[in-house]
Amino acid sequence: MSEQEEGMATVEEQQEMEDKVISPEKAEEVKLKARYPNLGAKPGGSDFLRKRLQKGQKYFDSGDYNMAKAKMKNKQLPSAPTEKTEITGDHIPTPQDLPQRKTSIVASKLAV
Amino acid sequence: MAGVAGGNDFQWCFSQVKGAIDEDVAEADIISTVEFNYSGDLLATGDKGGRVVIFQHEQESKNRPHLRGEYNVYSTFQSHEPEFDYLKSLEIEEKINKIRWLPQQNAAHFLLSTNDKTIKLWKISERDKRAEGYNLKDEEGRLREPYRITSLRVPVLMPMDLMVEASPRRIFANAHTYHINSISVNSDHETYLSADDLRINLWHLEITDRSFNIVDIKPANMEELTEVITAAECHPHQCNVFVYSSSKGTIRLCDMRAAALCDRHSKFFEEPEDPSSRSFFSEIISSISDVKFSHSGRYMMTRDYLSVKVWDLNMENRPVETYQVHEYLRSKLCSLYENDCIFDKFECCWNGSDSAIMTGSYNNFFRMFDRNTRRDITLEASRESSKPRATLKPRKVSTGGKRKKDEISVDSLDFNKKILHTAWHPKDNVIAVAATNNLYIFQDKIN
Repeated sequence: MSEQEEGMATVEEQQEMEDKVISPEKAEEVKLKARYPNLGAKPGGSDFLRKRLQKGQKYFDSGDYNMAKAKMKNKQLPSAPTEKTEITGDHIPTPQDLPQRKTSIVASKLAV
Repeated sequence: MAGVAGGNDFQWCFSQVKGAIDEDVAEADIISTVEFNYSGDLLATGDKGGRVVIFQHEQESKNRPHLRGEYNVYSTFQSHEPEFDYLKSLEIEEKINKIRWLPQQNAAHFLLSTNDKTIKLWKISERDKRAEGYNLKDEEGRLREPYRITSLRVPVLMPMDLMVEASPRRIFANAHTYHINSISVNSDHETYLSADDLRINLWHLEITDRSFNIVDIKPANMEELTEVITAAECHPHQCNVFVYSSSKGTIRLCDMRAAALCDRHSKFFEEPEDPSSRSFFSEIISSISDVKFSHSGRYMMTRDYLSVKVWDLNMENRPVETYQVHEYLRSKLCSLYENDCIFDKFECCWNGSDSAIMTGSYNNFFRMFDRNTRRDITLEASRESSKPRATLKPRKVSTGGKRKKDEISVDSLDFNKKILHTAWHPKDNVIAVAATNNLYIFQDKIN
């Protein structure tokens, strides 16, 4: 945590102490809104549900992928993003990006 | 049958632990479902790697009659494999979401296992005899030359080492656009239901190319989507009744005799909320992660993020019992939202006599509630308390400023050690607790 965030935390703590009289849950909400002011007005609404329904969505175009693979031979492409970011149509996946899809037939360690 | 520790004559003790002790847990080894069969003789686990391991209860040894027998590996197989839906650019995980046993009807055992998209019916059968003395084949199975066969004999069945085989008998695929969260075998032993985020389908166990859609809550305009189906279960005795829970904390009971499409519920269970206490987190923590009928069929239990509620099916406006699992987390909701723990889906289960209920928590803690005495206990699944027949010591989380000796403070809890899946033997006081990649089996001490 940066020093700036720590400074802000004490202000939050003071506010939290006031809010604790009301409810711990509301105090937590205040804390969250302070950290993420852009959080949608509709909590748990359709954005959140839609993200849940789209779990597992990957965007892949074999033509783009092969073009990118060909380019890799010539120059270094930027390093792959972390797994959490969604790979959308804008970003062309490269062999580094694609997770290893192993059809593992390793025995479960419970069966030892 | 006693349910919960706390009395003078009842204590839980360690029996077995399965799985590796590695610090580095491979994702595939994370246990994703645990289920006893109807007799409690078999215990199945599924993991994120799509594998199923079945343990069988061995008879108690004559030397130590005060101990219950142990569970040892009976069969293991790869149930599901990772897939990619090229049409929709969807990665389909091989993780086993649920396993449900079928009631036993002959010597073989049957279970349903499902991942996000496909349900499979597996047959597990034993082979302990082998035919020997074939006429057309030799001992290695090679075909004999016809001119060498000069006499005829009757093959004899000889005993062989027990072999347990698992084979997929039915594959129920392509019926779910969204992710399957529940499967439930009906009491008619012919049909079962499968539920995803927006739809519930009814299948016949013999028919794989067709299923009836019985609930569809998908709105015409997806922008209007406000709630999803989180769990569903068939009534244990009435084959026309089932329930499903939602992300808004409500439960709907449906009667399949009333209509082919059960979009209109017969009963609607919801606890009234105090509007003044509503916060950003209210809806998220009210989302029901599991619903289970009692064995009697009179009650059902729901698990939301902070509590377990018991409902009387005859009373829709509020639960009859509410048990706090880890109320001390209410003042930590902000960080639990940030690290996604607030979306963890805990399961719950009844004991065989419906007198006690159990559910998991963090830090490898799990909780049990005795419905009669109203006592509760917190226990821990850890390697430290894994000495054979060691009694489990009750654990306590300190919430106030002063922390007593042996208590653990809320801030010291390990939120990566979650117990999401637990199972209670249908007849005995034996429980199975999945702690990430380890399976713990605890039993009561027979005094």
